[in-house]
Amino acid sequence: MRLALREMRRQPGRFATAVALLTLIAMLLMLLGGLLDGLIQRSTGAIRAQPADLVVFSAASEHSFLRSRISPEIRARVAAVPGVTRVGGIGVSQLAARVPGNGPRDLVDVALFGYEEAPSGLPSPPAAGRAYADRVFEDQGVKKGDTLSLGPARTPVRVIGFVEDVSYSGAGTLWASPQTWRDVQDANRPGSSVGAGVFQALVVRTSGDASAVARRIDRATGGATVTVSRADAADAIGGVRQQRSVFNQIIGVTLVIAIVVVALFFALLTVERIGLYGMLKAIGARSRTLFGGVVVQAVVVALMAATIGSGFALLLDRTLPPGTIPYQLLPNRLIVSSIALVLAAVVGSAFSLRRVLRVDPASAIGRSS
Amino acid sequence: MTKDGAPALRMDSVRKVYPTGDEEVVALDHATLTIDHEEIVALVGPSGSGKTTLCSIAGGILSPTAGTVVVAGADITGYSARRLTDFRREHVGFVFQTVNLVPFLTARENLLVVDEIGRRTGAPARKRADQLLEELGLAGRGRHLPATLSGGQRQRVAIGRALMNDPDLVLFDEPTSALDTQLGEQVMELIRDEMNSRGIAAVVVTHDERMTHYADRTVHITDGVLEGSPPR
Repeated sequence: MRLALREMRRQPGRFATAVALLTLIAMLLMLLGGLLDGLIQRSTGAIRAQPADLVVFSAASEHSFLRSRISPEIRARVAAVPGVTRVGGIGVSQLAARVPGNGPRDLVDVALFGYEEAPSGLPSPPAAGRAYADRVFEDQGVKKGDTLSLGPARTPVRVIGFVEDVSYSGAGTLWASPQTWRDVQDANRPGSSVGAGVFQALVVRTSGDASAVARRIDRATGGATVTVSRADAADAIGGVRQQRSVFNQIIGVTLVIAIVVVALFFALLTVERIGLYGMLKAIGARSRTLFGGVVVQAVVVALMAATIGSGFALLLDRTLPPGTIPYQLLPNRLIVSSIALVLAAVVGSAFSLRRVLRVDPASAIGRSS
Repeated sequence: MTKDGAPALRMDSVRKVYPTGDEEVVALDHATLTIDHEEIVALVGPSGSGKTTLCSIAGGILSPTAGTVVVAGADITGYSARRLTDFRREHVGFVFQTVNLVPFLTARENLLVVDEIGRRTGAPARKRADQLLEELGLAGRGRHLPATLSGGQRQRVAIGRALMNDPDLVLFDEPTSALDTQLGEQVMELIRDEMNSRGIAAVVVTHDERMTHYADRTVHITDGVLEGSPPR
């Protein structure tokens, strides 16, 4: 191992190509991971902020707010289920909004939520015609006190404050009282308007085993509801699963490329070292020791690449103007990407094992210059 | 040095056969050779005569097809490849013809490689390396890389490495082939002096008859058959 590390220190140039290539791969991995996390965050913030263990949708709604309707009767049955401690109604309208000061065609996408139970970072619902706004609107020119005109009916909603990380399905959100939401829905989506007391979904707090409570809720409503965990509700938002799956596939392919790069590089290096390995085996080095050196070198190369890649990710996080690219830097992502890259390097270097094993110590003797 | 006064090397009717397709090539045929400790034997033969095979079997790099090989009292004939590897590391010294030193290690580190590939001892090994470098006239060259040393100095480093494990037997593979006559003789003289002063047996493979007078005995090999000459 010391031999392998000393070689890297004395002949860093030999490893520069591998470090450079793996660094590019590490950057790509962390960029892809950051984009995925950013996209997911911008899609699921509104659900993650809910003060709930469970979200109750109506049956056949396929976890879609748009298709789901919960009547006051159903709500009462849910509230009566043992283990349910708090129930709040929630509804959302997805519309385009005009921002004062912006051009007439310069619309922004808005999801207006009506809520009863305050999501994290929000107080209880504001008065009619007022709403707390997602911080992302600030980057689109919205200021506290502005009045946005929502939808074709241009329903006015006044922004009275901002809140972080509550985006929904890629759009910024407004948080208003249930009545404001119903008014907006009636004015702009008359076909989808709901009666008094009706919500699209319920957010439920439980005590004890949440999944058992979920099953009890669905039994208590006679199958009129589908109750899922908050995380599952977030995953069910349109595009979230697809984004995750597509990005994870690209990340997987990138890791395969990392394996191939490491495998090729160390295969070449091993071929170059056949004479040296023959000599070392002849004087008593075991194949295990020599192969261990190859793995150590691959791991060091990967760690260097991961470190530079992490630095790049941090730099990107610092320099990207907010509201441009949906890039989100999570410490877990850096750690997982680095571990994945190191594992890829170990797997890649393993392709040299057969070559190292096959080096014959007898090749050291009787070979003329 | 050797166990119970046993000879450094005893090969008894050693045969080595390589299968090539349907036929067999006999590289070594019933070779019988005994080398006492403190004895230097020159092994002379043309290329393809089997001297490399003999040397490899004597050093535990190859296993014989038939016969017995006893190095310093240890019968290594039936050793597994792994046990042979350990045996070489602990009991045999090698000086090779071509790839000899690790290019990215200094002279001193090249000696310490022997310690690093085995069970590391650390400080005693460093002390021994420094002592060997001094004895071989390389005291000021310990921190030099092989590329900055002369051919003769490189051979000295290789000899130092072969002596690091305090071997029972040292095998020299054409140690003078890359050197001119004068330097070759100096190296042979050095080999003789170092081996004699430490009482270590050595086999020096060469095809250069001019170098044989540094050995206690010359053994010729032709087509895998040994023809011994009487001790001088």
